[in-house]
Amino acid sequence: MSVHHHAGPEAGPGPEPHGSLRDYTIGFLLSVVLTAVPFWLVMGDVSWSKQTVAFVIMGFAAVQMVVHMVYFLHMTPKSEDGWTLTSLVFTLILVVITLAGSLWVMYHLDSNMMPRHPTQAEARSLD
Amino acid sequence: MGHALTTEQAAARTLFYHADEHDHEAGGSTLLGFWIYLMSDCLIFAVLFATYGVLSNNYAGGPEPKELFDLSLVAVNTTMLLLSSITYGFAMLSSYRKSVAATQLWLVVTGLFGAAFLSIELYEFAHMIHEGAGPQRSAFLSAFFTLVGTHGLHVTFGIVWLITLMIQVGKHGLTKANARRLACLSLFWHFLDVIWIGVFTFVYLMGMLR
Repeated sequence: MSVHHHAGPEAGPGPEPHGSLRDYTIGFLLSVVLTAVPFWLVMGDVSWSKQTVAFVIMGFAAVQMVVHMVYFLHMTPKSEDGWTLTSLVFTLILVVITLAGSLWVMYHLDSNMMPRHPTQAEARSLD
Repeated sequence: MGHALTTEQAAARTLFYHADEHDHEAGGSTLLGFWIYLMSDCLIFAVLFATYGVLSNNYAGGPEPKELFDLSLVAVNTTMLLLSSITYGFAMLSSYRKSVAATQLWLVVTGLFGAAFLSIELYEFAHMIHEGAGPQRSAFLSAFFTLVGTHGLHVTFGIVWLITLMIQVGKHGLTKANARRLACLSLFWHFLDVIWIGVFTFVYLMGMLR
């Protein structure tokens, strides 16, 4: 039931979705783990292939971004009547188009335009 | 209203909403507006990430990420930013409790962590430029300095804003307007931390894997 109770001048919709100490603590602990593991994967001696490590750390980054959105930015599907989520989804679509489009087009442009890349040693000798 | 309602329907409806629209209090839509600004900022960073992604292999015979990046320094930097995020959270929690002293204390701590982050970043930049790996050395380095520098510039403005707000809170206390401003800076500060996750993952960690 969505009956509004106007208790006094301070009532009404709060200025922002409130976080609690519990939210911040959970968010912080999760972030520490989600940050430490990727650093350890790259800095420590891990016998995985570079490609595997790259995929795993990208996964960790994506999860950590969601953790920050939920526990630090207090995003819920209902905040601001759903407009924060709507604008976020719209932005993410644009971000994906920008990133994927640029990388895709420029990769093909690069491989079609350049007959071959000079090696490091050759490039250095040109300096 | 053009509808003909039976008295029961009308009675049932009054339970659910008021006949008159509420007054919209001043600043009621500020946070949504600020959120939309952050989304546009997100697009700026998307373009800078795309630029970096395209140019990150073009070393022009210059230094490569492996020779330049010091991951332990980046790890310390990441820790600073993460700690500043939780301390800003504590400042927000103190402001809900209407404790001016605690809010100010946590804002100072947040500002110090932010300043530590910036100092380490500037040290890293200065070190790279000193070694001849400045933004003009290669396309990779131009893109690197633009992306990481833009993030650093945001943190700088965040700190300026934080100091401004501390003066405001000191002068006027935790008024409704100041609570709203604190909430906006909270969004900004945590948003910068989200961008940093992208930076340390795609620029530094992936750079070392190359």
